[in-house]
Amino acid sequence: MALLQISEPGQSPQPHQRKHAVGIDLGTTNSLVATVRSGMAEVLKDEQGRELLPSVVHYMTDGVSCVGHEASEHNIADPLNTISSVKRLLGRGLADVKTFGGQLPYEFDSDDGGMPKIKTAAGLISPIQVSAEILRKLAGRAEIAFDSMLDGAVITVPAYFDDAQRQATKDAATLAGIKVLRLLNEPTAAAIAYGLDESTDNNSSEESTIAVYDLGGGTFDVSILRLTRGVFEVLATGGDSALGGDDFDRAIAEWLRQEMGMAEDLNPIEQRILLETARAAKEELSDSDQVALEVLDWRGTLTRELMHSLIDGLIDKTLRACKRSLRDAGLEKTQISKVILVGGSTRTPRVGEKVAELFGTEPLCSLNPDQVVAMGAALQAEVLVGNKSGDDMLLLDVIPLSLGIETMGGLIEKIIHRNTTIPVSKAQEFTTFKDGQTAMAVHVLQGERELATDCRSLARFELRGIPPMVAGAAKIRVAYQVDADGLLNVSARELTSNVESRIEVKPSYGLGEEEITSMLQDSFSHARDDMQARALREQQVEADRMIEDLLAALDKDAEALLDAQESQCLHVAINELKQVRASSTEHRVLARQIESVAKASEEFAARRMDASIKSALAGHTLDEIEKG
Amino acid sequence: MNVVAARASTFSHSQTKAAKQVDSPLKLSSDFFEIFGLPVAWQVEREQLDSRYRKLQQEFHPDRYASQGATEKRLALQTASLINQAYDSLKSPLKRAQYLLQLKQMDASQESHITSDGAFLMAQIELREELSEVRDSADPWAALESLRKGVEAGYLEQQNEFQGHYNAQAFDDALNTVTKMQFSSKLLYEIEQLEGDLEDL
Repeated sequence: MALLQISEPGQSPQPHQRKHAVGIDLGTTNSLVATVRSGMAEVLKDEQGRELLPSVVHYMTDGVSCVGHEASEHNIADPLNTISSVKRLLGRGLADVKTFGGQLPYEFDSDDGGMPKIKTAAGLISPIQVSAEILRKLAGRAEIAFDSMLDGAVITVPAYFDDAQRQATKDAATLAGIKVLRLLNEPTAAAIAYGLDESTDNNSSEESTIAVYDLGGGTFDVSILRLTRGVFEVLATGGDSALGGDDFDRAIAEWLRQEMGMAEDLNPIEQRILLETARAAKEELSDSDQVALEVLDWRGTLTRELMHSLIDGLIDKTLRACKRSLRDAGLEKTQISKVILVGGSTRTPRVGEKVAELFGTEPLCSLNPDQVVAMGAALQAEVLVGNKSGDDMLLLDVIPLSLGIETMGGLIEKIIHRNTTIPVSKAQEFTTFKDGQTAMAVHVLQGERELATDCRSLARFELRGIPPMVAGAAKIRVAYQVDADGLLNVSARELTSNVESRIEVKPSYGLGEEEITSMLQDSFSHARDDMQARALREQQVEADRMIEDLLAALDKDAEALLDAQESQCLHVAINELKQVRASSTEHRVLARQIESVAKASEEFAARRMDASIKSALAGHTLDEIEKG
Repeated sequence: MNVVAARASTFSHSQTKAAKQVDSPLKLSSDFFEIFGLPVAWQVEREQLDSRYRKLQQEFHPDRYASQGATEKRLALQTASLINQAYDSLKSPLKRAQYLLQLKQMDASQESHITSDGAFLMAQIELREELSEVRDSADPWAALESLRKGVEAGYLEQQNEFQGHYNAQAFDDALNTVTKMQFSSKLLYEIEQLEGDLEDL
């Protein structure tokens, strides 16, 4: 039943051109970009035929010198200017960085906002800028492959990323000039890649319950999903956004340091050497029982058994998160029909062994664990960009961590609980505690703990202009809206006076709107005309789409939903937009006109939505009658 | 399908409501049961609820509107949020009971309602003591499991009790039962939390 197809391909004046969309897996250690070609997801390679792009950026005095493989080569010689594992810092505050900053060989500084910045030869660089460089490189790879501009991307994030980390990822994409179709949780992306694969195999229409175990370089996620006829419903998710295979390396490196009798305060170069040795040893031990080590002038051996004793504690931590997610989903281990292994760190055989032991079933790993997330994202991008329609695939994801508000006494009142399906909106009413109180501070928090200080602070804002009343008389309604990307919007309104305050939650450690704009302008400064042209082109595409959609909608529904005058008004607005579209070369003018048509047609759109829900319901009721 | 009639009636309806709902241009006035085409009743066929939920989200989820304009996207966001809220309320026994009473203009969501049933309160105190002693018992897992079984059985009984009161239109009694259900639901949550803590040891 398709009741609200505003622009069916057949009704369009001209057939839509195929659009170019990609899925990007922005990883801690490596990143990838994939697209769909003739119905199949495929990872795009660079000119040397390599699929993985190391998530490494090297800086020199005049800026970025190189990204990826070339940058990795500077690891040992120039550690302070070679930034890797930046995903661990994304959306984090300086305080977070201090707790694990010792593990990263960089020097940090903060700006006024408290966002950590890395000291490099090119000056202070934010983790968002480093991530943007990696995204830009991948987008460039795609544009070469398409020989065309990119229309949009689905970017994956760990399911356990909080609001600040998600927003930071989106900001990085904006900075790289990429249109984000959707932020997608990594385990969900993997389930899509496997799920679709599966359904083409046996055309199964029944329900299956899947656990996705995703251990990357620096993050761990687990998601429990139910798959029913193309609908992927996440039941629960959990994890640790600061635990990954890099921690295995670190545990082994720490063992090495002790064996070698080195002091605890290693210099950055020594740190790198030990970490590289540890990583190589870990990989070698996947196939052999022991490995001979030579570091500087030290020689020794590491057995597989000894390595297990070093990393088992870390793996057990991930298994506890699996159990908790099962409990949150209200399921027993035996009810899981499939377990999927994702992420490069699941290549360590010990991980698969312990996961199999927990779930009592052999995990699936038929798809390349490095690629599966990007492939799933590409499949979703293909649908969202509009190349594939009428498809039944749908993702229903959840928020990983509860969202709340600080109340009296520094406590947190949860407004939306973890594992609630998104999108979701909830509101709660609060009141003033002093006579004549005219303002209220709203402190938005995320986390499971009881005390506000133990949770992640997402934003603070004030509702001002409350008319003076006795304590407890004001009614302040605070509404939280989480969209399909898992991003939060908060508004507060005093109900007796209708005073309102609204905030798009910008993390306390993120970039401000202006900061992004100025960075964008900097990066385009030598190509300002180019930027103008691009902005105009974007508005023109938007105007065309709007004219086409509105005319089709009027054609279909004006008679039933609008009176003659309302209909006339919309036609006038459309004609004005057509004229501006044809004559204006200034993108801002066109944007304003689009905005005004959007306003004028809002009521019509609302009625159409309402009508189509009613008729969907009418359909259900009819089914009832037919059955009975 | 009687689509035209449905649209026409919606239209007149939405006009009357337009002035009231300032913050949402969406004038969906259905109650949660109506959204899923279900009768307003305690008994909900779970499979039917699940499949209709999926069907509605397949139509109204924001991802279905990804290539459309900002207005349509926002409306889809609001609609999908409402469908999620309705589903969440109907699938949980406690929330469904609270919602049924809310439709009768009774506020059953406050935790401040205190049951006057002294025997019930005594039993609650004993259960809480039992919960606090689980950690120190010889076999905490067995102790926890037996406690859980007891609380779950009580919860089911309360649900039956609610159904009886509700069907007999004894809404004050039903409200009293909801208060008891809140105790049980909270206790079950704490049992789960403790289970997690025991695993982490």
